[in-house]
Order: sequence, then structure tokens, then C-alpha cells
Amino acid sequence: MVRMLRTNARAGWIASAAALCGLLASVAEAQGFNVVISEGSEAAVPVAIVPFGWQGSGPPAFDVAGVVSADLASTGRFAPVPTRDMVSRPTQAQQVNFQDWRLLKTTYLVIGTLAESTADNFAATFQLFDVVQGQSLTSFRLEAARGDLRRVAHRISDMVFEKLTGFPGVFSTQIAYVSEERRPDGTKQFRLIVSDADGENANKIAESSQPLLSPAWSPDARRIAYVSFEGGVSGVYVQTLRSGTRERVSSRAGVNSAPTFSPDGRSLALVLSRDTGNLDIHSLDLTSQVLRQLTTDAGVDTEPVWAPDGRSIYFTSDRAGGPQVYRVGTEAGQRATRITFQGPYNARPRVSPDGKQLAVVYGENNRYQIGIVTIDGGQLQVLTDGRLDESPSFAPNGAQIIYATQVGGRGVLASVSSDGRFKTQIASVAGNVREPVWGPFPRP
Amino acid sequence: MKNTLLILLAALTLTLTACGRDKTQPDTSAATDVGTSDGALTDRTGGSGAVTESALDAETRRRLSELVIYFDYDEADIKPEFNAMLQAHGRNLAANPNMQVRLEGHADERGSREYNIGLGERRAQAVRRVLQLQGAGAQQLTTVSYGEERPAASGSDEESWRLNRRVELVYR
Repeated sequence: MVRMLRTNARAGWIASAAALCGLLASVAEAQGFNVVISEGSEAAVPVAIVPFGWQGSGPPAFDVAGVVSADLASTGRFAPVPTRDMVSRPTQAQQVNFQDWRLLKTTYLVIGTLAESTADNFAATFQLFDVVQGQSLTSFRLEAARGDLRRVAHRISDMVFEKLTGFPGVFSTQIAYVSEERRPDGTKQFRLIVSDADGENANKIAESSQPLLSPAWSPDARRIAYVSFEGGVSGVYVQTLRSGTRERVSSRAGVNSAPTFSPDGRSLALVLSRDTGNLDIHSLDLTSQVLRQLTTDAGVDTEPVWAPDGRSIYFTSDRAGGPQVYRVGTEAGQRATRITFQGPYNARPRVSPDGKQLAVVYGENNRYQIGIVTIDGGQLQVLTDGRLDESPSFAPNGAQIIYATQVGGRGVLASVSSDGRFKTQIASVAGNVREPVWGPFPRP
Repeated sequence: MKNTLLILLAALTLTLTACGRDKTQPDTSAATDVGTSDGALTDRTGGSGAVTESALDAETRRRLSELVIYFDYDEADIKPEFNAMLQAHGRNLAANPNMQVRLEGHADERGSREYNIGLGERRAQAVRRVLQLQGAGAQQLTTVSYGEERPAASGSDEESWRLNRRVELVYR
């Protein structure tokens, strides 16, 4: 069963935001997402986010409840109660009648108020209730300028999600992904996009008629490394998001690809073929430019990613036949050990934030799906059921994995909880998108 | 009658041979006589052998016009059907040391993107080795792998995948 959950909320938000301050760039609308709950809705917990009260002049400055509802729905774990089904619409604790919500089979309730303090200063208060127990779980007050009200809504979502699941929310984080557009003249346009985790506020950070691929976040979320084929050769670039300045950090002969930042942000792991034509894992110190070769096997060694402690790197290698995941120490001259053994094709590992699991592209019988494997123990669980699923990337709370899949011949983004129970598809309005990478938690 | 036919045949043979020879001399286009590099040229003047030589020239030209090598899934082994074509290109490069070829490796869309960059590079390197064995110089050959990023066919089916697992020879 497929249910559209966000359409109304999003349209309402676009209208109010655009009317108020024209904040929405056209690219945001073009690249905007609707969240489609494809699976897991049976187990999703019913939660009511009541439209926030408004204390100010004119129409409400922002639809806080709409954004919170969409955020919670996007995880697949929660099923927001449609506003039209709400019997009452409390905005303060003393107005809550728990019986109203029990009749609607609502497990949790969020109410709140948005108040205009001065011309460009707002205060949002919210309270979360456990309907079954009939008690308040948490309440909070946040202040913000008009342009930050969306961020405030995401912060509320973060706090509600953490209270209810134990996982910190990731609604204030960003994602990066690649879009490909085929133009009327047959040429292609590749774009590297950075957006909020829900797909809003999409910004193009690089554009080329030649392929762009493999975006990777720096641990401070300020830079993105990626591969560009501009000029007909592969090169690894590092771009600073705020300034837009970028540096080509590797353009050696042959392949320059698959960059990922070390946990301290000082080095890149990357793949080079150099003079030999054989792909090997290297680490490049971004300050000293010292390059260290970490693998020498004659197989294809690629897709490196750092363990959270920075002392080892997981990578894909087909040294034993089909691609499998291996681990090698980051000091030179160490032997690689094999990590995955189940199935003929395990590639593109990404490490969970706690360092205990790997998300991989698992291939078998001509189907490529997202799998998760416990590093010590090796049992693999297939999480998705597509035919061409790829590019898994853990959310920084470890609870969700974003990945690329195909629907109707078009690349779309989807996410799955790391236990495989909840799946949601993030269907972009326009374009062919892929290679999502989840950014780190924002630093205060 | 029989004599007339023989004379006609001989004249035709000479004309064809001359055409082929002419073409090889001044320019360094793809239509190069592979015979010049292996010393077999003297055996092929006149007689019925020349007819074979002319046919070979046409065959060589046809092979040199083929610029794409296809591969099996997850493989970089060059299939026997491409041996003759790569031999023609290798000798062509050996005979024309100023020529440059860029070997562009590709993969089908299945599996992970960076691993496919690796597969494309491995395919390009396999073609490079064969061309060098046929006499092409290392400095004449550059490789680039696009992985699955620049498919020749956009479908998600066996035929599209077959067309996308390839190395393209780009003369420049």
C-alpha cells in the first residue's frame, strides 16, 4: 500500500514561505521531494501533531506542525494523524482531552504555539504527550528569526524523535546527491546538490556536462569531496560549501576516484591507478600532500571508507574473484583481511557511526540490494528489495540508511531503517537522482 | 575469352593494389596498410596473391573502422572475435607513431558505481596491453574509465547492458 503523506503540508508551507519572504529558490521547488511511505506503515506508531497556535499579526508565519509531521513520517516509524481527523485542536496543555486522542488510536500527541515577539523574532513552544499514559513527556521553547523557522521545526522533530525512539533525530542534517538531466539536444547535465535531509532547500554546488560522482562529506560538514570528469579526465576535488571555493587535490594519470574524509578531516582516502593501471587504495594528507599507498593487490581495490577511529579502512576488492569487503590498517604495509563472505557480491561498504556494522551493495541472482553486515560475526541481512539499489549511506544517528534505487527507469532516493523494518521512498519531483550521502550532525 | 578475363583481372588487381598503396603513403588516417610492418609486402605483388592482399586491405579498413570492443559481465577478457580488429588497430598505431588513441572503458549499470569505474579501467587496460603487443607504443595510448556514468544504451535490460560493457577507441 502506498500513501502520500506530505503533499498538503508541503504545499501549505511553500505557499506561506514564498508569500512571506520569497525564501524558496526555484531549484528547491524543482528538486523538492515528496515522501512516499512504501512499507512499514503497518508498524508505524500513530502520532498527532496538532497545527500550532499562532500569536501574531496576519496569517501564521510558518506551518511548524506540517514540517514536524513530514519529518516524523519520513522515517517510516510514525504515522501522523491527518489534521482533518482531529476532533479537537489544543494548543495548550490545559486544552488536551486525552480521551479524544485515544478514540483516534493516537499513541503520542504534540501541541505547540508560534508567537511573534518582535518583527523578526519568534518563539515556538511545544509539548509532547504520551496519550496512553496521559502524561507529558517533554516540553521546550525555542526562539528564532523568521528565516530560521524551518530549522526550528526540524529541531522540534529531533527532540520528539529522540524522546520516542532513543535515537537522536537527524532532521537538522543535510544530504548531498548527484542529479543527471538529459537536455533536449541530447547532452547531459550533471549536478551535485546539497539539501536538507528532507530534500528541501536544495542548492546546486557543482555542475558539469561530464559525469560527477562519489560525493563525500567532511566530518565538520563544511566541505564536500567528489569526482569530476571535466576535461575528459577524472579528478578528485574538495569544495568548501560556504565560500564555494574548490581545490583539485588529485589529477594523476589514470583513475582518481572514490574519495572519503578521515574522521579527523585531515586526510582523504582515495583510489588511484597511477602508472600501473591497477586501482589501489591510497591516503592523501590534505595539508602536507603526502600520499601513502595502502593496498598493492592486482585486483580492483576501491570504495574506501574509514573506520570511526581512523585506524583502518574498509574497501571493496575483487582480489578473490567477485567483489567483497576487506579491511586494512591505515599505517603503510599492513595486510588486508576479508570481512564479507556471504554471497557473491558485496561492494561499497559504509560504516555505521558506532563502527560495528557495514552497509553494502549486495548482489545475487542479478539483483542488487542494500545489505547490512555485522563486522564481528559476519551475518548479512538484506534490507531492501529493489533490483538496482546502490550507494548506501548511514544517517549520523545510525538508525537509518539512505540509498539510491530505480523506479520506472528513473533514479530516486529512498531510506530504510537499519533494522530493515521501515522503508520510505523520497521521490523527487523532477530529475534523475542518485548517490545520496548523509551529512554529519551540525556542530554548534 | 579466358585470356581476356585474365588480363582484366590482372588490370583490376594492379589498380586495387595501387589504390591501397597510395592511401598508405601520405596520410596517417585509419586506412593504413598493415603489410608494411611485417615485411610480407614483396610476396604480394602481382598474381592471384595481390587479389588476396587487396581484399585484406578492405578487410583491414573495415576492421579499423570498428572502434568498440564489448565484454562479458564482470569480465575484462578480450573475446576472440575482437582479436583481428585489435590487431589491425595495433599495427596501425605501430606504423603511425604520431597517432594517439584514448581508450575509454565503460561498465553496465549493475552494482556499485566506483567498482564499475574499476571494471571500466580494467577493460581499458586489457585493450591497451593487446595494442602494445601488436606494436603500439605506450606513449600513444591513454586510458580513462567512465564506469557506468556514460552508457551507450539507456535501457535496463540485457541488450543495453551488453552494449554498455565496452571500451571505445578514440583516435585524436
